[in-house]
Amino acid sequence: MTATFQETLAMRAWKALDTVVDPELDQSITELGFVAALSVTPIESGGHEVHVLLRLPTYFCAPNFAYLMVADAHDAVLAVHGVKTARVELADHFASEEINAGVAAEEGFGSAFPRQGVGTDRHALEELRLTFRRKAHLACLERTCRQLVRAGWQIDALADTTIGEVPDSPERESLLRRRAELGISNGPEAPLFVESTGERVSAEQLPAKLRFAKAVRISIEGNSGLCRGLLDTRLERMAEEAQG
Amino acid sequence: MYSKDGENYFIVDSHVHFWDGSPANQSNRYGKGFIECFYDYHRNLSPSEWVWTLEKFGKYSEETMIHDLFETGYVDKAIFQPTYLSDFYVNGFNTTEDDGAVAERNPGKFIVNGAFDPRDGEAGLDGLEELAARWNLKGVKLYTAEWKGDSKGWKLSDPWAYRYLEKCEALGIKNVHVHKGPTIYPLNRDAFDVADVDDAASAFPNLNFIVEHVGLPRLEDFCWIATQEPNVYGGLAVAMPFIHTRPRYFAQIIGELLYWLDENRITFASDYAIWSPKWLVEAFVDFQIPEDMQSEYGVLTPDIKRKILGLNAAKLYDIEVPESARVAEAPVDSGEAIGSAPEVFA
Repeated sequence: MTATFQETLAMRAWKALDTVVDPELDQSITELGFVAALSVTPIESGGHEVHVLLRLPTYFCAPNFAYLMVADAHDAVLAVHGVKTARVELADHFASEEINAGVAAEEGFGSAFPRQGVGTDRHALEELRLTFRRKAHLACLERTCRQLVRAGWQIDALADTTIGEVPDSPERESLLRRRAELGISNGPEAPLFVESTGERVSAEQLPAKLRFAKAVRISIEGNSGLCRGLLDTRLERMAEEAQG
Repeated sequence: MYSKDGENYFIVDSHVHFWDGSPANQSNRYGKGFIECFYDYHRNLSPSEWVWTLEKFGKYSEETMIHDLFETGYVDKAIFQPTYLSDFYVNGFNTTEDDGAVAERNPGKFIVNGAFDPRDGEAGLDGLEELAARWNLKGVKLYTAEWKGDSKGWKLSDPWAYRYLEKCEALGIKNVHVHKGPTIYPLNRDAFDVADVDDAASAFPNLNFIVEHVGLPRLEDFCWIATQEPNVYGGLAVAMPFIHTRPRYFAQIIGELLYWLDENRITFASDYAIWSPKWLVEAFVDFQIPEDMQSEYGVLTPDIKRKILGLNAAKLYDIEVPESARVAEAPVDSGEAIGSAPEVFA
């Protein structure tokens, strides 16, 4: 049976959502189970509308992060060929209304909360995103180094290691993606162990930096586990409530 | 007091609440959402036999609390941390007065902490003085991420916050508990950011700054500042229950804390009624760092557990500890920065 155009469009929209990450957890919103529903409907004037429903682990998940995810989901779906309009809705969140309206109008986070007098501050959100990209890079760098050390590499040697010398692995792939996001060169001669600015870390500073990177990695992994658990519990409770 | 295998543990639960999150007290949907959010934490991370109904969780009796903490929970002293949330709840969620009334009816069992908001200006300073006199405050609990009117939150490093911290010093309030965990109001700023604790801890070396929830979800940022500031402590509320659901992650948290801080600056807490001390205390005394992690994190000795479970908080609050549960005083230097020879990998 051949899938209808609508079905393949829905699949492509899902795939597009794979690229949207929770900045704090550095994991895709589809993987985390935040996408509650996705539907495609034809529009009379031609083309299709994609409707996405997002649900986060708690009612009080930080609204700045929530806004980033809703806005990114909106952009990702809209970029899919054949999608004319995208409607991304955050459900069961204390600021659902403000965030949904803000993203739909492409107004920016600040304008979504006029009552609180935030002002428009796309800039603040981008800063936040950058902070978490840096953390994600550090965590990926630690995973890659950890793997190398387990394979027998000396920590002293990591400062001189280049990207080209690192064997292929899923960890290396993730690291390259994070580097690209930060604008760090991924050429074979580029040094492996760099700051988020791309600047090389000296052999002397490397062990301490790597130790901190480990704390970052543990923190991100731990949060991800907690958020998944909270989402499961929440959905269970909501289902029970619905049953009365 | 908890005793096992010939070892005695004096228990200070550094973070407990007596709240009213019941529908009758909810002002709006935020109040409903808030208690449900707490409830999901409770339900997700508690052993099944400890899971309450949402109705009981919303409002529990004083008898239940006394029973769970002191009759079965091994707690020798519990520290009340208020959470006002006046915009969400008609009579507030958990005020200093609510806590104080319970403490007065149960003498010797509780320590009552207060709260302040530097955005209350001069009037707030007077209010803090009254609160301190009424409840003999030795500590305060602060929420820096709360919105108020046009304000999106505040920082411990703000000039007005400094005036309040100066006031704390003058009033003998030496323990400042800072909530840097999950947010409770909309905000555009990163409310988890602990950088302001760093500034305040340097500026007020005579005050102790206890970062609640050990900075989760930013354990690493908390560790980074705590390693540099000897008067910064980590409160284990919310981190403790992972001992049941995810023991390896719990081992990592404790291991990281011991590495970046040391065993003298970590304090046990249940965050009652989100979790109950009985099972947490029992599990922690039985807990050991998994063997494959011991080469990087070491092991938890009875003395380390004794300090975390009660002695560290007892020091902060001048609580008398019975001789049978003390540890030999060894010269320790909490001010020491991170280990000079970090073991990077196991």
